Amino acid sequence: MNRREALRALAATAAMSAAEATFPGVLFRGGGGASTAGAQTPPAEAGVVWRKTPCRFCGVGCGLLVGISNGRAVAVKGDPTSPVNLGLGCVKGYHSVMALYGKDRLTQALVRKDGKLTPVPMKEALDLVAAKMAETIKAHGKDAVAMYGSGQWTIPDGYVASKLMKGAIGTNNLEANARLCMASAVTGFMTSFGLDEPMGCYEDIDHADVFVLWGNNMAEMHPVLFSRLLERRLKNPEVKIIDLATRWTRTSMAADRSILFKPQTDLAIANAICHEILRNDWVNAAFVRNHVSFHEGKTNIGYGLEDKFAFKDEPKTITLERYRELLAEYAVEKVEALSGVPARELRYLASLYADPKKKVMSFWCMGFNQHTRGTWINNLIYNIHLLVGKIATPGNSPFSLTGQPSACGTVREVGTLTHRLPHGDVTDEKARKQAAEIWQVPLERIAPKPTYHTVEMFRALDRGDIRFMWIQVTNPMVTMPKLRRYRDALKKDDRFIVVSDVYPTPTTDVADVVLPAAMWIEREGMWGNSERRTQHFDKMLTPPGEAMSDAWQMIEVARRMGFEKLFPWTEANHIPEIWREYSRFQAGPEHEMASYDELRRRPGVLWPFVNGKETKWRYNGQYDPAAKGPFDFYGKPDRRAWIWFRPYEAPPEMPDAQYPFWLNTGRVVEHWHSGSLTRRVPVLHNAVPAAYVELHPADARKLGIANGQRVRLTTRRGGLVLPAQIDGRARPPEGQVFVPFFDEGYLINELTLDAFCPISGQPDYKKCAVKVERA
Amino acid sequence: MPIKSYLAYPVRGQRDALTAALRRLGGCDVSCEVLPAENRDLLVVVTDTPDEATEAALQEALVRVPALEGLALVAVVGEGEVEAAGRFTAGVPEETGHESA
Repeated sequence: MNRREALRALAATAAMSAAEATFPGVLFRGGGGASTAGAQTPPAEAGVVWRKTPCRFCGVGCGLLVGISNGRAVAVKGDPTSPVNLGLGCVKGYHSVMALYGKDRLTQALVRKDGKLTPVPMKEALDLVAAKMAETIKAHGKDAVAMYGSGQWTIPDGYVASKLMKGAIGTNNLEANARLCMASAVTGFMTSFGLDEPMGCYEDIDHADVFVLWGNNMAEMHPVLFSRLLERRLKNPEVKIIDLATRWTRTSMAADRSILFKPQTDLAIANAICHEILRNDWVNAAFVRNHVSFHEGKTNIGYGLEDKFAFKDEPKTITLERYRELLAEYAVEKVEALSGVPARELRYLASLYADPKKKVMSFWCMGFNQHTRGTWINNLIYNIHLLVGKIATPGNSPFSLTGQPSACGTVREVGTLTHRLPHGDVTDEKARKQAAEIWQVPLERIAPKPTYHTVEMFRALDRGDIRFMWIQVTNPMVTMPKLRRYRDALKKDDRFIVVSDVYPTPTTDVADVVLPAAMWIEREGMWGNSERRTQHFDKMLTPPGEAMSDAWQMIEVARRMGFEKLFPWTEANHIPEIWREYSRFQAGPEHEMASYDELRRRPGVLWPFVNGKETKWRYNGQYDPAAKGPFDFYGKPDRRAWIWFRPYEAPPEMPDAQYPFWLNTGRVVEHWHSGSLTRRVPVLHNAVPAAYVELHPADARKLGIANGQRVRLTTRRGGLVLPAQIDGRARPPEGQVFVPFFDEGYLINELTLDAFCPISGQPDYKKCAVKVERA
Repeated sequence: MPIKSYLAYPVRGQRDALTAALRRLGGCDVSCEVLPAENRDLLVVVTDTPDEATEAALQEALVRVPALEGLALVAVVGEGEVEAAGRFTAGVPEETGHESA
């Protein structure tokens, strides 16, 4: 057998293992059963060693096995032992290792000299970063420096960032791009349950009878998880998938029913479902009586369009009867007029949720979270599940999906947000005391007031309240809404911008210092996915040139600034030591983390991990060691889940005579976020080489636009000309256009609006008004 | 080009037809190995192509096989040739049509 034949045998073994994971007992001619052990023991001739890791890309957190040969990653297959993906992967995952080897990897530090980024030794660049940070603090105060990271940070990266900014420097100017994708999910969880992250897990899919996808193109954004829904339906033909969306997509095509609604009216639809449940007396009365309380908050809460916008909700406890009165405005006939969804469809949705014989999962992601009422719509989906008592049991699960590999594990759990600490909020003295004790810093060092969430942080940079910003693992010069303002801010002469990344991007283009970063399996780390699963990966490869992990870059700078006592670890032991220290914050049955050794052994572990056992369903006494009684929503002082009355409120900008279309933005399956990784993988780049604008064919006809012709989009923020796509992979309804944001050549975020949810601070990328013309 | 392996699902009752059709895709430049499961309507397919153009042609041919209900990519195995491309951007706003408000 030659080497090529051996590699073919490897590929066959991987496929047989995936088949075995999907169809236990499957047999192949000549090969007997496909065994997992076989998959992990490739033919010796191939010289390939397989190592486990979570996938580099989305928040599903698929387990992959990466084949390493002669110091290079040469192969990828799904890990058949991973309970997440059962041996499968998606097109991005299978090509993920190619993203390590782009021709223009950053391998040395760059410092801007005479206007040009110039290579310098890493040591010199780190000296400069530390000196500039210290100089800025001295001249303008500690709140003049900021760190902006991401949900692609590993847990140790995020922990070091939090300790450096909050424990060492003493500022809460720490944010992450998860503010742009998950903040409303967090505030939804916090306001409804008092604790973040889902109560269920992916295993719910194996028990559910109905899947309702709310504004969530799961077929493209979470393809492996979507394949589990399809598999469930294949084995159980009575299972239904309902796609409730503002645009017809590949998910709609695969669904049993596609229901289109007008943008922002999801708020009214959810209320109509609750109204219908109450009207028909479909409420699970015992569950509601024992485990739920009712509340209302402020209304007409604004959109954050002005600098220094501030909002504080004022929750009031109400009765079920008052809640019923408030919902009177949401009878299905009224909501039909507002949403465009026929009353019969709204009744059908309510009947699915209420049917006592059906277990129901709801899924959502950016459609809910990138919403000027993002917190509210998260609350409303929980309201539906709580009214019928379909929550926290196998198959009954409202499930908020994430977009990044560690939006949960790092940003939400470690707390790399202005208001958070690794456990609790900065406003909570008990949480500050715990941090001060574990970090061994004076209590008064930890600032008790949050400063800026992401949009406000970039506004502060524009105003000059912030003078120094260090950006890691993210590309805000593609992803910030109303981008032109924030790009101009970064380019101002007296701002100092440091960017750590693996490739040149529009963000490194405007940096004063660029630090080359080690990527993914070039360093050790952990990520936490959407289902509370923490996954460890080893360092498998040597990073190129002087590239260094984000955590170690920050430690080097912290030491130069005199904080070496807070970061005493060696390069060899810093990951296990950080994990041990971080785990102290989460100790206890509500959030106990697995040990470092346990994480290394397993393909991920769900927290709370108590006495060697994962907690699959929180708040349910049968499964959750922290719960007292059959159901116990212990995150709230009244130990109840909170149903909130949240009304429909219109978005800040809607189509009008001058800008008559809705502009919606999002992603495609082939590309990861801003495309800085996936556009360097030829097969992914060639599949979708450039952004485009999707139009409904009737709109295209009216405007005289043919497929591929150039179209001018204009909003109040700017204009962009890009090619038309008509009836490609998706179709927006008449009066709406869609543009994917992955392409730095077509910066659609120059057109989007920086309005945000007043409670979460998360911007709405899904709705603004746009004029559409043939260019 | 990398070697790829797939799980192929036949249209009901057409497993043998699918096996034969997929095997016919192989040729002097293309290796297309087909391993049918004995106890399931399921096939493992392993492809190996010499260049991008051949790979693209094979991809097109694969999805046109009438007896194929579904195809799931499972593994991509390279031989150190996983060199990826560089930055894809026009880079200059004017060239890509960015306009001020």
